[in-house]
Amino acid sequence: MRASAASVFGREAWRRRLPLLPAFIYIFLVTQIPFVLTVYYSFFSWNLLKPGSFQFAGLQNYADLLTNESIRTAVWNTVLLTLSVIAISVVLGLAVAMLLNSEVFGKGLMRTLMIAPFLIMPTAGALIWKDTLLNPLFGLLPYLLSPFGLGRVDFVNQFPMVAVVTVEVWRWTPFMMLIILAGLQSQNPEILEAATVDGANAIQSFRRITLPLVRPFIELGALLGSLFVVQTFDTIFMLTYGGPGEDTTNIPFLLYLVAFQGFNIGQASAIGVVAVIMTTIVATFALRTLFSIFQIEARR
Amino acid sequence: MRDRKSGILNQQSRWRLFAATAVGLVVVVTGGACSGAGGGGGGSNSKTITLAAVDNPQMADLKNLVGDFQSAHSDITVNIVTLPEDQLRQQVTQDVAASSGRYDLFTIGTYEVPLWAKKGWIENLSPYIAKDSSYDPGDLIPGVSKALSYNSNLYAVPFYGESSMLMYRKDMLAAKGITMPDHPTWDQVAAAAKAVNSSSVSGICLRGLPGWGEQLAPLDTVVNTFGGRWFDEKWNAQLTTPEFKSAVSFYINLIKSAGEPGAGNAGFTECLNAYNNSKVAMWYDATVAASNFTGAAAANSGYAYAPTKTKDWSGWLWAWALGMPSSSKKKDAAWTFADWATSKAYIKLVGQKLGWAHVPPGTRTSTYSIPEYQQAAGAFAQVTVQSIANADITHPTVQSVPYIGIQYVDIDEFQQLGDQVSQEFAKVIAGGQTVDQALAKAQALAQAVGKKYQT
Amino acid sequence: MDAAALRNKIVKSALGWVVIFIFFFPVLWMWLEGLKTEPQAASTPPTIFFTPTLQEFQTVLSGDFPPYFINSATASLLSTLLVLVLGLPAAYALSIRPVKRARDALFFFISTRFLPFAASLVPLYLLARDLQLLDNVFALAAIYTTINLPLGVWLLRSFLLEIPHDLFEAARVDGAGFGNEIVRIVIPLIAPGLAATSLICLIFSWNEFFYAVNLTSSAAATAPLFLVSFISGRGLFYAKLAAAATLASLPVLLAGWIAQKQLIRGLTMGAVK
Repeated sequence: MRASAASVFGREAWRRRLPLLPAFIYIFLVTQIPFVLTVYYSFFSWNLLKPGSFQFAGLQNYADLLTNESIRTAVWNTVLLTLSVIAISVVLGLAVAMLLNSEVFGKGLMRTLMIAPFLIMPTAGALIWKDTLLNPLFGLLPYLLSPFGLGRVDFVNQFPMVAVVTVEVWRWTPFMMLIILAGLQSQNPEILEAATVDGANAIQSFRRITLPLVRPFIELGALLGSLFVVQTFDTIFMLTYGGPGEDTTNIPFLLYLVAFQGFNIGQASAIGVVAVIMTTIVATFALRTLFSIFQIEARR
Repeated sequence: MRDRKSGILNQQSRWRLFAATAVGLVVVVTGGACSGAGGGGGGSNSKTITLAAVDNPQMADLKNLVGDFQSAHSDITVNIVTLPEDQLRQQVTQDVAASSGRYDLFTIGTYEVPLWAKKGWIENLSPYIAKDSSYDPGDLIPGVSKALSYNSNLYAVPFYGESSMLMYRKDMLAAKGITMPDHPTWDQVAAAAKAVNSSSVSGICLRGLPGWGEQLAPLDTVVNTFGGRWFDEKWNAQLTTPEFKSAVSFYINLIKSAGEPGAGNAGFTECLNAYNNSKVAMWYDATVAASNFTGAAAANSGYAYAPTKTKDWSGWLWAWALGMPSSSKKKDAAWTFADWATSKAYIKLVGQKLGWAHVPPGTRTSTYSIPEYQQAAGAFAQVTVQSIANADITHPTVQSVPYIGIQYVDIDEFQQLGDQVSQEFAKVIAGGQTVDQALAKAQALAQAVGKKYQT
Repeated sequence: MDAAALRNKIVKSALGWVVIFIFFFPVLWMWLEGLKTEPQAASTPPTIFFTPTLQEFQTVLSGDFPPYFINSATASLLSTLLVLVLGLPAAYALSIRPVKRARDALFFFISTRFLPFAASLVPLYLLARDLQLLDNVFALAAIYTTINLPLGVWLLRSFLLEIPHDLFEAARVDGAGFGNEIVRIVIPLIAPGLAATSLICLIFSWNEFFYAVNLTSSAAATAPLFLVSFISGRGLFYAKLAAAATLASLPVLLAGWIAQKQLIRGLTMGAVK
């Protein structure tokens, strides 16, 4: 149904707007008031540990960001982490979804077990990975790898970003898998059969028929997943604490350190504002060019 | 195919939907009523206090014994909230800085007490102590007492105290013909570690886990005894001085050559596990560690004072103490509990009900005269109390310093500074940079902080 | 089924089970760790064969855990309910009878997720303090609603786009008003989608840690706080932690497994064609 051509202030327009208002007003109040305060604080130097330090500082916090190396590292880590996790979990999710969509034994149970990583508390999951699976002394993985001479490898310390990406992929692959599986299951099997009869091999069917059908689901999964993965915090906090050095510090984690280790609220607010601006730019670009699902018109 | 024309749920599904919603609403309303919206005690005369506490075995014991307190004081209800140390510190700091009143009592350490007392954030407890004739503040171990005071007034009462010591496996060292003296030097320790080190057993476990309270705690004691310091009298950062560098290089090289695998993530718990599993022959860490030993480790351990180099008595000093915010409206109730939990009577209660090995160490001198405790706490009780007694937070280093604190620098900025610096050192342990590179970065960070204190 | 297809099926099944096992193993390992004693849980080499004991589960359960779980249930269920109540009409207004600037509204909803939590936390914390809303499970539910509403609106919108146009025409011809439209047509058709959205919101709210730890203390503490209370600084805790984690994840795990059929159907309905 196309949007009515009636004027913005007509009765019809307001009737359409009404259902949206409760959610809109609610979200607006609860998110924008803190955000406005955040912007406000960003123009002040304020350290929670120093009573009476709340002083106007103009653009000083923002100027400091320009010379701050940590910001650049954090941005880079955020991009690297998000792209890696989304890309790998989409590919893995697609593979598992295709497996679950074909003829296999125990499909239901497989699907059930596959969801589990997504349901476990992120904090608990990360701790289990760090202390009981990856730890060189009493972790299971080094123990299993010791016949191959890799028994003393400290994964979390020597390959920190790999470790974080691994845990995040473990968490998010089920999410991607579910969404893509839904798409595969809406596929009409007759089309695939017809293609096979016509002589198409597995790869051709996949590329020409399956992939285009699944693409919107991949996009939806990637979009929703990115919204969360870009804010990855729990895993980093428990697994590497942003380190060693700053190797796994992303923007949310850097913000946490500045706001709650240093209690430097002014600077933290400035970082937050810059993060919002940058994410808005990237998101606008991505949504308008990459994602076909952002169309308003319902497709019938 | 669904009957879309009618679009109405059949009776069964409709009832299911209503039932589910109804159940949901019931849970929500009951849950809301039960859990309540903030505080609120029982009867009109009862007070509910919330204690925010660090999670350690002694605190777990306290939780178990809260019932005893509440039977003796039926008008006070105590809620104990335990959090991991860094979460606890963040929450309590926020709470006290913003006067939000979520907690009426909290465990804070020797790091926070002087800083917060100066800001007027926590309540002076001396007047309260004076009113209780049985409290005997003179019985508190002097070093601990001093560390929890400001202007000669006690601002928090000690619940738990520790210093650092060297624990070693007598059997493993003896197999290589090594005996450890009671007051070893770091050079002796390093030699022993390298001699014992093999592919199946590491020589020594040292903390490498980043964090100002994790890796830097033992590292700072090494720095101190090597003659280094964080800042000179004029608050110039001293991280690139020969003494500091030699201490850090020594520590990291010892880890790399004879330390446990995964040192970069090894904190107290990891080293405890390694030691208990006979995977390391020695371990330098908190005095309370030995109460967790089991099996072969427990049977064969020897204890020595914290190793030294140019300065004697290098052990650290840390205490968890109960303090209350000065903005609190429940100070009397909070004090009643704090008094009870840090009294001689409590120590006896723990000993009798839970076993003498459970008694919180390092707070009262009288604890160490109890025969049952001496028997249960065994060989390391003396090392513990002597180490604490000789730890002086006002003179931690060879050369004089403008700050107090042995394994930390008692300034607001140290949490962030210490975390950042220890991350750089962790990177050296992981092989990602050299000691010089790490020290250069650390020096810059420390210098920026020192500038704020230069008048 | 002929021999080739059967062989195919066996190979795929084997491959599939290997992958699933790898993904599920950390969860399984966590369950096993909870059944060990503390020394066993952190032994070198890892203890693979052992006599299970419920000792650590008992220790965990002897603590005061019901309030935590009740609070989590309250906050999660309430916020999920709110997401549905607010989100469904909003999604309707962005799909079936869209407002003029629907695309911008959608983007606005997503943009509220751009600010990292650490930046908005201090203002929120101070506001909650001033409004006496600290340690209040309803305030926590309100925050969770905010976090999940954009996701909910987005998902519900996808589901609503599935409903055939003619149904609404027929209803309108029959004179059905807006409210009637929703109850009689929309809700029944997207019931699986509602289930899917609810489940996802429940999962995110139940597992949320940082807002919970900052905005509550004792009365409103939730399951994640129960979990971290076992992380000890000076003792062995892995078995207790694993047991606590198993318990804390149990409700969501059960809900997820029971509802997974609905989840798949719901996501199929939410197919963005």
